Amino acid sequence: MAATEERPIGFGRLKRKEDPRFLRGQGTYVDDVKLPGMLHGAILRSPLAHARIVSIDTSAAQQHPKVRAVVTGQDLAGLGLAWMPTLSADTQAVLATDKVRFQGQEVAFVVAEDRYAARDALELIEVDYEPLPVVSDVRRALDDDAPVIRDDKEGQTSNHIFDWEAGDEAEADRVFADADVVVVTQEIPFQRVHPAPLETCGSVADMDPVTGKLRLWTTSQAPHAHRTLYAMVAGIPEHKIQVIAPDIGGGFGNKVPIYPGYVCSIVGSILTGKPVKWMEDRTENLTSTGFARDYLMQGRIAADRDGRIRGLRVDVLADHGAFNATAQPSKYPAGFFHIFTGSYDLEAAYCSVRGVYTNKAPGGVAYRCSFRVTEAAYLVERMVDLLAAELDMDPVELRMRNFIRSDQFPYTTKTGWEYDSGDYHATMTEALRIAGYEDLRREQAEKRARGEHMGIGVSFFTETVGAGPKSKMDIAGLGMADGAELRVHPTGKAVVRISVKTQGQGHETTFAQIVAQELGIPPEDVEVVHGDTDQTPFGLGTYGSRSTPVSGAAVAMVSRKIRDKARLIASAALEVAPEDLEWEHGRWFVKGDPEKGQTIQELALAAHGTLTLPEGVEGHLDAEAVYDPPNLTYPCGAYIAVVDVDPATGEVRLRRFVAVDDCGVRINPMIVEGQVHGGLAEGAGIALMQHIAFDDQGNCLGGSFMDYLVPSSLEVPDWELGETVTPSPHHPLGAKGVGESSNVGSPPAIINAIVDALKPFGVRHVDMPATPGRVWEAIQSASGTTAPPQ
Amino acid sequence: MQITLTINGETRSAEAEPRTLLVHFLRDHLDLTGTHWGCDTSNCGACVVLVDGEPVKSCTMLAAMAEGHEITTVEGLARDGELDPVQQGFFEEHGLQCGFCTPGMMLTARALLNENPDPSEEEIRVAISGQICRCTGYTNIVKAVRWAAEHEAGTATTGEEAIA
Repeated sequence: MAATEERPIGFGRLKRKEDPRFLRGQGTYVDDVKLPGMLHGAILRSPLAHARIVSIDTSAAQQHPKVRAVVTGQDLAGLGLAWMPTLSADTQAVLATDKVRFQGQEVAFVVAEDRYAARDALELIEVDYEPLPVVSDVRRALDDDAPVIRDDKEGQTSNHIFDWEAGDEAEADRVFADADVVVVTQEIPFQRVHPAPLETCGSVADMDPVTGKLRLWTTSQAPHAHRTLYAMVAGIPEHKIQVIAPDIGGGFGNKVPIYPGYVCSIVGSILTGKPVKWMEDRTENLTSTGFARDYLMQGRIAADRDGRIRGLRVDVLADHGAFNATAQPSKYPAGFFHIFTGSYDLEAAYCSVRGVYTNKAPGGVAYRCSFRVTEAAYLVERMVDLLAAELDMDPVELRMRNFIRSDQFPYTTKTGWEYDSGDYHATMTEALRIAGYEDLRREQAEKRARGEHMGIGVSFFTETVGAGPKSKMDIAGLGMADGAELRVHPTGKAVVRISVKTQGQGHETTFAQIVAQELGIPPEDVEVVHGDTDQTPFGLGTYGSRSTPVSGAAVAMVSRKIRDKARLIASAALEVAPEDLEWEHGRWFVKGDPEKGQTIQELALAAHGTLTLPEGVEGHLDAEAVYDPPNLTYPCGAYIAVVDVDPATGEVRLRRFVAVDDCGVRINPMIVEGQVHGGLAEGAGIALMQHIAFDDQGNCLGGSFMDYLVPSSLEVPDWELGETVTPSPHHPLGAKGVGESSNVGSPPAIINAIVDALKPFGVRHVDMPATPGRVWEAIQSASGTTAPPQ
Repeated sequence: MQITLTINGETRSAEAEPRTLLVHFLRDHLDLTGTHWGCDTSNCGACVVLVDGEPVKSCTMLAAMAEGHEITTVEGLARDGELDPVQQGFFEEHGLQCGFCTPGMMLTARALLNENPDPSEEEIRVAISGQICRCTGYTNIVKAVRWAAEHEAGTATTGEEAIA
């Protein structure tokens, strides 16, 4: 037998506390919620991308024997609910009143006795549409003759939404004008993608007509923010709204916004007096809920001939779809895109972002990344590789020459970010070691000599995660801070209540481990409560890798409050001054007399018992905290992808992938590695296959898993991971957050590898997703051959 | 119509429309919600159950068609409260995150191991390739199935080397 394994008390590879219910099929996802008398809703959606609604006839649907209610935009208008605010200070139609603005837009809502009947009744609704010209190409959105999509907005005379900039344009111009610099330019689109969590979005609304209390089970990554927004929009008093996010089948940013379907389920419950469930199907999920990216970027990079990067500029045309429903801090219309300077010490940087409306679904969610960081990382890491090719330098050498040095932290970028810590050279070096970079280059040279096309791609990213501070960052006026409450029961078992919400990240384990580390209460003795606004303190939720940086810090701080209080109780119990006590391994003991002490469990009993407590110390062992982060955290990573390309078919095989992440202190390395694995697969999907495309009539071409391809087990390799640890100096645990890093860093590594493989053909860039067709065409056009018609 | 099925060794019966898909029958009529639904096109495999020991996407089958067949769902994997080695493997190797694809993955793994008690990584990847996981990147699912292979009752491995 192997030696008995000591179970870690605090940080370490603890198996997940939430797993047993999932392993037995006993999780409770929204669609598993079944209430007495519950009815089912379904949404009628627009088949057209842009059309005026002439009339809607619901009479046949109303007569369906199983239908209980049919709701149109006009009905909602009567309740003042036809439109709702988005997370970006725009408005979005709940159900269309005047016209439809994207294919799949919500037009009518049916409530019926079962889900099949609700779908049947949709077929009975007659809508007369008058088609309008469509703008689905972002480049055409600002043309003089482009139809104005948002004519519902007063004063809106074009499809322009906003202009935003960061950095110093004059300085950038000066650097680019320098006669000695090499300048490389490239148009770099980041295609529209969709997070596509395996569980689609949905809700069960139960408005109690007697108490006036609304209970809403919903697929929400941010239940508290949702509760406040429902109160503001629907006029239901906030204390009468309970938002419950039960088990969530993946989120990845898709479950941050409030969708019309949620609102419709609430309206349906109010109208019928019964609970109403609405669960979208996969096509609805892909065609109507929050998309991500859709940035058309024009990049320019300037460097001295010896490889000293001096300036970076990017101008972005941002496609926001028909409603500006981007989910991000309200003062940042382009999210944190201005971290596009990446990991490099530059002389000048400037970016501009122009947001426009098109006849496409709304969204702009942070799909497994902090707001727009993925676009930024892709831009800079492609530009650096293009520069390396231009200078005929090894891409690693070019990066190493330009990294921010470890002695420069805290480092303020040219666009105003204060990076907290990092050792980029060390992280890159570790990735090179694991990959065997020199050997790979030798192998590549041998294969090239044989006419085989192997590519090695490198990327290095810096993320900015864990938003706020709340003075700078808010969503709909709600400051980005998070609360935590901790109760230690008389027997020393604890309950910690948090504001963030797991969608698979393992909060029930990680947060118990934080309490364990801080207080010495074993993780199995700590219950983590989350996802229910009646049971947890307020906070902004889980996205942008916020959970550990913000909520994790809140849990550390509330644990320390308990520890401090326990010290005062120990001083009474042991009859010594608090200053004479020392803390170790979950126990206060007398300095110099370690035998004399009490464990946190003993002190919990004392706190609830008959012991006379010191003056000013209340009984019991409870505390609460709100954590407002002083700064964001800055995880980084060095990634190396190895691909083989078949030039005859354009097929890319992702053969190896090395990911060295530095996310600061790792609370549960097993969970951290799982997060990295998942992000890598999604990043590979984005690089190679995922694309929500549209034709010129605004028809969505990625509306099912037959068209919107996500990776299976056969398209991704066995991930090879490594780590360096540079603690965050301002986070109480030194942790930085990791859930999204690998999705940020992997797309450029893979595209860089493909371009590297195609170097013999003279290919300098391939757009994502690098499908076989695109790769083949890139080879053909670089080789000067004409591609055959498709 | 009345539909009667043998599920996890028990006879279960409920009234449902003839068009009712097996996945909806299990979930909505029998409250066996461990079987999930994730797409409209039989691509995702969240709904996989075993029909006479073979993995089947229960969204592709009418409930009525399942009469006379042995159905196994995730709720039937554990025996007498003891986790199946596949379930234990997913726990040991962090083979699940959000848990939504997990029931289908585990049932396919069970069927694979019944046919092939010592599958290679490649064979495991092929077996689960008709199912989508958005969280794990598959590496730990493969490890989980290998863990189960090495810990099946009656197999020769002690398991100690597998933990290391």
